[in-house]
Amino acid sequence: MIISIASGKGGTGKTTVATNLAVSVDGPVQLLDCDVEEPNAHLFIRPSIRETKTVTTPVPEIDLEKCNQCKKCAEICRFRAIAVLGDTVLTFPELCHSCGGCMAVCPEGAITEKGRELGVLEAGAMNGVSFVHGRLRVGEAMSPPLIRAVRDRTWADGLTLIDAPPGTSCPVIAAMKDTDFVLLVTEPTPFGLHDLQLAVEAVKILDIPMGLMINRADVGDDHVRDYARAEGLPILMEIPFDRQIAESYSRGDMFALAFPEWKARFREMIEKIETMTGKGAGAQ
Amino acid sequence: MKIAVTSTGKDLESPMDPRFGRAAYILIVDTDTLAVEVLDNAENVNAFKGAGIQAATMINDKKAEVLLTGYCGPNAFKALEAARIKVGGDVSGTVRQAVAAFSDGNVKLVCEPNAEGHW
Repeated sequence: MIISIASGKGGTGKTTVATNLAVSVDGPVQLLDCDVEEPNAHLFIRPSIRETKTVTTPVPEIDLEKCNQCKKCAEICRFRAIAVLGDTVLTFPELCHSCGGCMAVCPEGAITEKGRELGVLEAGAMNGVSFVHGRLRVGEAMSPPLIRAVRDRTWADGLTLIDAPPGTSCPVIAAMKDTDFVLLVTEPTPFGLHDLQLAVEAVKILDIPMGLMINRADVGDDHVRDYARAEGLPILMEIPFDRQIAESYSRGDMFALAFPEWKARFREMIEKIETMTGKGAGAQ
Repeated sequence: MKIAVTSTGKDLESPMDPRFGRAAYILIVDTDTLAVEVLDNAENVNAFKGAGIQAATMINDKKAEVLLTGYCGPNAFKALEAARIKVGGDVSGTVRQAVAAFSDGNVKLVCEPNAEGHW
């Protein structure tokens, strides 16, 4: 089973939930940190990294000897990554989304692909948690191919947890798409609710079952709960604004390991998700 | 000579649009006759990315040799350079004033982008 942990609003506790879930379950578990712009799950899991791999994305290279300036490549590119200007063809690799359209339409066979470096993938493990994350190159804006490279490491059996980036744009969709369940972490504040609503609408389009986890549940107001009731979204767990939990977090520890009652609550949540999806943790 | 001027309106009396890629209109003006061809840039105004590249392609297809505008970002500049279109940046006033200033030799051509790219 693949559970993606998303939020809409940043800073609600996705990584806290993902890392604590990872150390709470029995059996094989894998944590994929897909927040490649600022990965931080490794600060808690502290895996020993055994593999580092550069991830590239294909971008077009034009052979001007073969090109006859027909402009078909520029016309099909919705991101304007190719411009035909007189007898010159310019490519803008940082705008390219690697769809391969230009290569497919070129009647002269003048376009080949070359790799453009996006960042690195690192993989390792710690205490039975298999761990993979991506680190986007500083200055790079194209994260979905790196997220997909991390997700390609999803194993066939066991539980896979995906720590998604915040927001509702392409990187988040790349992290949530085709997962079995989306766990939305929110906080009971106007900001939390506003961005939660955007995230819920995105998950609806992806047609994935979802549930809520309310973090800092005893601050703010009741509007998130009212919204959940109106939308028929189950609230699977609540975490209070608790000093001990905050201290554990700021030390880089996972409170589910320090407090067995919390480990039990995280397990119960996984069981609820298994019931909702009809999938056991080990099934894919 | 044909020159391209970014404009907020469709005629020579319109104030210039300081933006290039996302200008409302781009006027192709013949410096000898002051004949105007209007390019509606509406599609580029709301483009996600690459507005400057597309606008550069557009004025190149119209055989403009010079562009007069306010700001020109790095991708647009790269495309204009490849098309060998000279760029007069930091130009303002009406389109007519800009064309006159250029014809009188009072527009400084820039050799590098004068605005940041957008993300």
